Amino acid sequence: MAGMETLHFAFDGGRALPPFAPALVGVVASGNLEVLVEPAPGTGCRIDVDTSARGFGAIWEAVLRDFHDRHGIAGIAVAIHDMGATPAVVSLRLDQAISAISGVPGATP
Amino acid sequence: MTTVADSPWARQRSNRAERLARAAALAGVHAKTVDADTIVALLEALIEPGDRVCLEGDNQKQADFLARALTQVSPARVHDLHMVQSVLSLPEHLDIFELGIANRLDFSFSGPQSLRLAQLLAEGKLQIGAIHTYLELFGRYFIDLTPKVSLIAAQAADAQGNLYTGPNTEDTPAIVEATAFKSGVVVAQVDEIVDRLPRIDIPADWIDFVVKAPEPAFIEPLFTRDPAQISEIQVLMAMMAIKGIYAEYGVQSLNHGIGFDTAAIELLLPTYGERLGLKGKICRHWALNPHPALIPAIEAGWVESVHSFGSELGMEDYVRARPDVFFTGPDGSLRSNRAFCQAAGHYACDLFIGSTLQMDMAGNSSTATLGRIAGFGGAPNMGADARGRRHASAAWLKAGREARDGLPGVRGTPRGQKLVVQMVETFREHMQPAFVETLDAWQLAEQAKMPLPPIMIYGDDVTHVLTEEGIANLLLCRDDEEREQAIRGVAGFTPAGQKRDRAMVEKLRARGVIRRPAELGIDPRDATRNLLAARSMRDLVRASGGLYQPPRRFRNW
Repeated sequence: MAGMETLHFAFDGGRALPPFAPALVGVVASGNLEVLVEPAPGTGCRIDVDTSARGFGAIWEAVLRDFHDRHGIAGIAVAIHDMGATPAVVSLRLDQAISAISGVPGATP
Repeated sequence: MTTVADSPWARQRSNRAERLARAAALAGVHAKTVDADTIVALLEALIEPGDRVCLEGDNQKQADFLARALTQVSPARVHDLHMVQSVLSLPEHLDIFELGIANRLDFSFSGPQSLRLAQLLAEGKLQIGAIHTYLELFGRYFIDLTPKVSLIAAQAADAQGNLYTGPNTEDTPAIVEATAFKSGVVVAQVDEIVDRLPRIDIPADWIDFVVKAPEPAFIEPLFTRDPAQISEIQVLMAMMAIKGIYAEYGVQSLNHGIGFDTAAIELLLPTYGERLGLKGKICRHWALNPHPALIPAIEAGWVESVHSFGSELGMEDYVRARPDVFFTGPDGSLRSNRAFCQAAGHYACDLFIGSTLQMDMAGNSSTATLGRIAGFGGAPNMGADARGRRHASAAWLKAGREARDGLPGVRGTPRGQKLVVQMVETFREHMQPAFVETLDAWQLAEQAKMPLPPIMIYGDDVTHVLTEEGIANLLLCRDDEEREQAIRGVAGFTPAGQKRDRAMVEKLRARGVIRRPAELGIDPRDATRNLLAARSMRDLVRASGGLYQPPRRFRNW
């Protein structure tokens, strides 16, 4: 999409989850985002971001590093389609996605 | 014997008589009633060069017909006016400066006109005396800024000139009292002239002239927030406010700022608040405009009383049907009064909660932005500790104890403190950080040559900073360093937040100065819009039993 920025992040370490089905939370709408979490080979956590807001790479890195520090999950690939969500919404959606794949109860929108 | 009329001690009164005599000579003036097409001539007869004039511009109600008329007077006859008015909202409020009719201004708030006001100031078209809070400006009406002529708005008048100001009484009593009792002249525009008023809000002998305006006075619905636009993050922050502050302190009396953050709190009381068993224990008495978002809490029996600064379009019938809650006249309609409600909000409320655009690391906050001169209206009075308060309440005492515990000498003298909460998402729209190292206010002060940076709420009045990341209790901070780290510790991923000293933030968490949602027993994943007692305008109408009638622009069905 025109004007989109693509960012790639990879974090090492963490624990692997039992096998899980991919989970999708959120919506692609203004101020919101969609997060898809899938199993992936390897021992890391790979996160690809497509965002409509250009120039916020440093904040994405901080938000995603914090996410990885919080959950420490390995063997996953996360795809994010962002339409200008704030870091607060990004963190919330990521937490919802992790709840969904780890079977932890927690509301999903 | 000299009569009072020609006494050197009654010059203002004889000057008033001259003005009234000039007006009485006009063809379109019939005792107190003035034909609409005579209004410009009336103003030219009444107003003298250099006069201090109050053109009623309230937060909501506008004397728009009189404002238009004032732009049409001859600048050769009427010039160098000193305008004193709380809100600059209409283009005409500034046109008079452009036209050379007025040149000096004292005011409180200029939101919609803030850009043009800054431009006119830069062009030298006007001088600003000062930017005030509402109460401060009303206070000066009785001290050194008493209007010579006031141009006000009412809903209806009778033949004698009694006025019915109705739900949007707002600033009118304060303006008229200051003018009428200091030999000034009061002109009222009214929507209609009737034989019998529903009630008398302003007695006829305080009013000199009444003119029926061709159109009803403009009233802006400022306090309507569509619940459909409330985000999950706002729900989360509202949960934190209710559980982490309202319940913690047992807040009984309060004022909410304008905005979606506080609307979310109002909509969570009957759901989340109920679940926490807080009904009857918090939020019983309010200084608040009739917010539509408060309807579900009122209907659920949470609210004992609401006193209002002004009204809100569409809430008239609902208010009329709930006189046990709202202040209403014998006719049934709301009586608002900005001066009294501001005093009530300042002295009689345990808590103020509102939002801001920017907060610095000392906790100073401001909505002032570069190139605009906006002022803050009532926020500085709501969001300030009432140093003159002497009556105790549990919330006020607890806040005071937390602030003074262990302090020596005069700083440790026991007293209470108002809870002043700033509720902000760390990033605003377009990823603008709410937390900054330096407020734009400093640069603005330099640009506009102000004596002080325009700070809305001073950091030493702020007791809690609430963001999606947590609550920082500044009452518990014992020095500037702790205060700074407490603020950085809830400033999220903003540059200011990322500069936190992590070790110190953890120490502040251990002491309960910073509390995260998890420490409050709140799971952010539970913060869904399903918790809102109303999720749309239509839900609000339904909750009111059909009594609330939203303005057309808020109806999408």
